[in-house]
Amino acid sequence: MTLNTFKSTIFSVLFLATTFVGFASENSDPTEDKEFNAKEMILHHVKDAHEFHLWDWKGKPVSLSLPVILWTDNGLTTFSSSAFHHDDSGKVIVEKNGGKFVKLHEKIYQLDANAQEVAFDAEHHPTNASMPTDISITRNVFMMWVSVILLLVVFLSTAKVYKKSNDKVPTGIAGFIEPLIVFVRDEIARPMIGEHKYKKYMPYLLTIFFFIWINNIFGLIPILNGANLSGNIAFTFTLAIFTFIITTISGNKNYWKHIFWMPGVPVPMKIFLMPIEIIGMFVKPISLMIRLFANITAGHVIILALMSLIFVFKSVAIAPVSVAFSLFITVIEIIVTAIQAYIFTILSALYFGMATEEEHH
Amino acid sequence: MTITGIAAIGAGLAAIGAGLGIGKIGGSAMEAMARQPEMHGKIQSSALILAAFVEAVALFGVVVAFLQG
Repeated sequence: MTLNTFKSTIFSVLFLATTFVGFASENSDPTEDKEFNAKEMILHHVKDAHEFHLWDWKGKPVSLSLPVILWTDNGLTTFSSSAFHHDDSGKVIVEKNGGKFVKLHEKIYQLDANAQEVAFDAEHHPTNASMPTDISITRNVFMMWVSVILLLVVFLSTAKVYKKSNDKVPTGIAGFIEPLIVFVRDEIARPMIGEHKYKKYMPYLLTIFFFIWINNIFGLIPILNGANLSGNIAFTFTLAIFTFIITTISGNKNYWKHIFWMPGVPVPMKIFLMPIEIIGMFVKPISLMIRLFANITAGHVIILALMSLIFVFKSVAIAPVSVAFSLFITVIEIIVTAIQAYIFTILSALYFGMATEEEHH
Repeated sequence: MTITGIAAIGAGLAAIGAGLGIGKIGGSAMEAMARQPEMHGKIQSSALILAAFVEAVALFGVVVAFLQG
């Protein structure tokens, strides 16, 4: 065994030990030696994609292609993302259903009718292509469905256990799930919403708790290449909107009085507080959205940045330090997955509690 | 200095703020737990919630830095 193969073996073992397997090279041509760009690599991993890029084998990427589904002027257009041959710079043109499509930075563009190739302006935006409505099953959509199926299987089998054995000690999967459900009920719903009203909100709180948690964990699984679902602002936006709608609908007289005509303060102060409270109504879900998105994305970026240090310094000597640190951060991230799910749930419960609080006499 | 450099300084300042805030919360929570060990659970959960509030403000800074950097 030569020193080089020994080095590369050690390196691969260390590399596999950490979270993100396989660096996505944008170019499948092995002869072209591109300068390593940490920022580009990190953004590529954090963003949504049309394929699961697993690893590079002899310069060729190994990946699972996902279907591209577009709604264009000619109706529904579908093809496999493998038609792009891993190109992400708009060079490969796919002709389908009377339209020409290119993939540029993981976005699908449709070329104008008489265009032969993509032309760019000074800021690298295409000038002769438009974006059709893209309803593709991307990496994030795929992982969301996987998590939904997994949650359904786990919770339906848990429910079955209780159906069979009423009042007995839960067995099997229910033995693991019951303490978590009791935790959400006794530590989150009861103290935050109140003894009398918490039952109505339990289904929603349990759903978001487990949904966020499982998707946070999926984001850390190496082979899935960090399907960064809960680090996607559209995902957190949707969850925050649900919390906002439920808070607004369940708001009672007392809640609205505290927003529009704060009791117990002088009239000028009431007028002064009204716009602040109205802004506060919208800031709460926005902060929920940003908190989850930024926490998860920041975690991924830190791990990938530590891994990039090896390539930035171009030295194997830096590998032990960088691997140890990214392992440490990964362990912290595993705790963060649970903490962020807990915080999203407890703050939602807190807002529901504020909306349904009765007047003090 | 480029805009990326300024964005990095901004993210660093946000981190200092969050560090001070969460450090204060953590310190006080530890002190409170030492005084009243029987309140351990309650103090811990409210400390976590408060830390999340402080952290959110810092993360707003980080997001702005992301957008600019």
